[in-house]
Amino acid sequence: MAAEPDQNEIEQLRLRERIAKLKDVPLLGKVRVSGDLARLERDIERIAAEPTADEVWHSVDLARHPDRPYTLDYVERMCDDFIELRGDRTFTDDRAIVAGLARFRGRTVALIGHQKGRDLQERQDRSFGMPLPAGYRKAMRVMELADRHAFPVISLVDTPGAYPGVVAEQHGQGGWIARCQLEMMRLGIPTVACVIGEGGSGGAVAIAVADRVLMQENAIYSVISPEGCAAILWRDASEAKKAAAAFKPDARHCLDLGVIDAIVPEPEGGAHEDPDAAAGLLADGLDAALSDAAEGDVDTRRAARRLRFRQMGVFTG
Amino acid sequence: MADRLDVSIEDRREPPPEDGKKHPNTCPRCGSHYRDDELDANLRVCKQCDYHYPVRARDRIAQIADGGTFVESDADLRSADPLQFFDLKPYSERIAQAEMATGLGDAVVAGAASIERRACELAVMDFAFMGGSMGSAVGEKLARAAERAAERQVPLVAVTASGGARMQEGILSLMQMPKTVAAVDILREARSPFVVVMTHPTTAGVLASFASLGDVTVAEPGALIAFTGPRVVQQTTREKLPDDFGQAEANARFGHLDAIIRRPDLRPYLGRLLSFFVDGRNGR
Repeated sequence: MAAEPDQNEIEQLRLRERIAKLKDVPLLGKVRVSGDLARLERDIERIAAEPTADEVWHSVDLARHPDRPYTLDYVERMCDDFIELRGDRTFTDDRAIVAGLARFRGRTVALIGHQKGRDLQERQDRSFGMPLPAGYRKAMRVMELADRHAFPVISLVDTPGAYPGVVAEQHGQGGWIARCQLEMMRLGIPTVACVIGEGGSGGAVAIAVADRVLMQENAIYSVISPEGCAAILWRDASEAKKAAAAFKPDARHCLDLGVIDAIVPEPEGGAHEDPDAAAGLLADGLDAALSDAAEGDVDTRRAARRLRFRQMGVFTG
Repeated sequence: MADRLDVSIEDRREPPPEDGKKHPNTCPRCGSHYRDDELDANLRVCKQCDYHYPVRARDRIAQIADGGTFVESDADLRSADPLQFFDLKPYSERIAQAEMATGLGDAVVAGAASIERRACELAVMDFAFMGGSMGSAVGEKLARAAERAAERQVPLVAVTASGGARMQEGILSLMQMPKTVAAVDILREARSPFVVVMTHPTTAGVLASFASLGDVTVAEPGALIAFTGPRVVQQTTREKLPDDFGQAEANARFGHLDAIIRRPDLRPYLGRLLSFFVDGRNGR
C-alpha cells in the first residue's frame, strides 16, 4: 500500500495531464486559454478528487441559469449579419430551433441552434427550447442547403430535450431525431457543434453529429435530466443532485470520456455574468474548430466524422 | 373513522399477489392462462385474444432463423463501467445480476443466420436484460453486425425491444445513438438492406437512432413505439392521451411503419421481403 501514491497526487497528475492536453489541443490555441489555464492551475491546489457532487451540480445550475445567453444572444454578438430561415417545408415552423445564414469571421455559414425563451410568452412560443419533429426537419433542410452551397455548419445545442408530447409522437419524434443525425453524419462540409447550455439527450444529439464537438465550460451534456434519472433509479426526483454526480454531465467529464474535443472557457462566474465576453470566447472556439475541421477533402472528412462516432463507448471483449 | 360503518362485502377469494403481478403465462389482456409448452407452441401469442407475449432473444432467433443456421458473434462482449456508476447499487453489480438472470452478456444477441434460406446478419434485443437498454456493448454489437452485413453484402435484420439508452453509462450511452446511426450509414454505403422489426417496447434512444432508419420497418401488434413513453408525456404536458397512444397501430396510421406483422407471419414475411433484395438486384 505504501507504494501507492495517494488520491491527491493521482488527481494532481491527472489535472496536469489534462492541462498538457489543453495546451496541445490546436483549436484552443487561438482561444484565450491562458486565463483558463491559470485558473486550472489554481485548481490543482484545490481539487482532491473528481469534480465533487457540488461542482457538478454547480454546472447544472449555471447551464440552466435563466440569464444564460441563448443561441440568438450569441448570433447577435458573434455574427456580422444573420438572415433567419424559417419553416420545415412541410407544414409549420418550430421556433424551438432557429436556423439561418450568418456571416461569421469572414465566412458564410449555416447556423442552427436550439432557442429558449426569455419571458413567459417567448418560452411558450419556443416550447422551452424543446423541438418538435418540424424543428428537426427545418434543421435538416438548412443543413442540406448548406451542403449544396458549401457553407460550413455551426450548431449550438441548448435544450432540455425533444418535446415530450402527443403531437410530437404522432409526427414521429424518434424517427426525425434519427434522420437528422444521419443527415448530419453524411454532410460533406465542415461542421462544428457546441453545447452552450443544456445538452439534453436525443433532442440535443440530433444536431450535434459534427466534425468537432465543443462544450462551454458550464454546459452539461447528458443522456437524461438529473431529475429524470433520479426519478427512475432513486425513485425520487429530489435526488437529482446525487444522480448528476453519478452520471457526470459536466464538460470536464465529457472531455475525459472523449465525447467532446475541447472546452470553451466562460467568463468568471459563468456566461451570464458577461455575455459579450462569453460570445467572444465562443466565437474564438468555433472559429478555430471550423478551420481545423475544414482541412482535408469531403470524403476524408465524412469518413473521419463517421469513425469518430463509430468509436464511442467503453467495453471489453 | 371509528363511528363509520363498514359496509364492504367480505371477499373470501384468494387475495391477489402482493405486488399485483399476475403469473407470466397469464394473458394480461384477456386473462387466459397457458402452460409453457402451449405458449411456446403458439410462438407466445394468446390464442384467445392475439396478445403477443414478450419473447426472449434466443427464442426469437429460434422463431425466425432457419434451424441450426444461427452463428453468434461477439458473445463475450461486455459493457465496462466507465463512470463507476452507483445508484442504489453499483452498475457492475446490476450487469452481473442481469447476466445471471438472463444468461446473456448484454441486451442484444447478434450473429449470422439464414431466414427462409436467405443469408443475413441478425441482431435481436432482449428486454429482460436491463430493459433492453442500449449501452456501449449493445451499440458495439449492433455496429459490428452492420459492418459484417456490409462486408458480406447481406441484409441486416434487427429486432428491437428497448426502454432506451442505459443511464448508468451516462453520456456514453447517449453516444450510442450517433454510433449506431454511423453503422447504418456504413450499411447504406455498402447497399446492404436493413430491415427493422419493432417489438414491445421500442422507445427513446433506440427508436431515435438505428431503429428508425430501416429500409423497411415493421412492428408486432400492440407494441409500444414512442420516443417518450405515455407516463412521462402525461406527467410533463398533462395532456389527455389517446387510448392507443404510441401503439404500433397508431404508428402505422400516422405513417411510421410499413406494416404490422403478427408473430406467426413474421418469418415468412421476412423471407419474402429478403428475397426482393437478394434475388432481384438487376436495376443497377
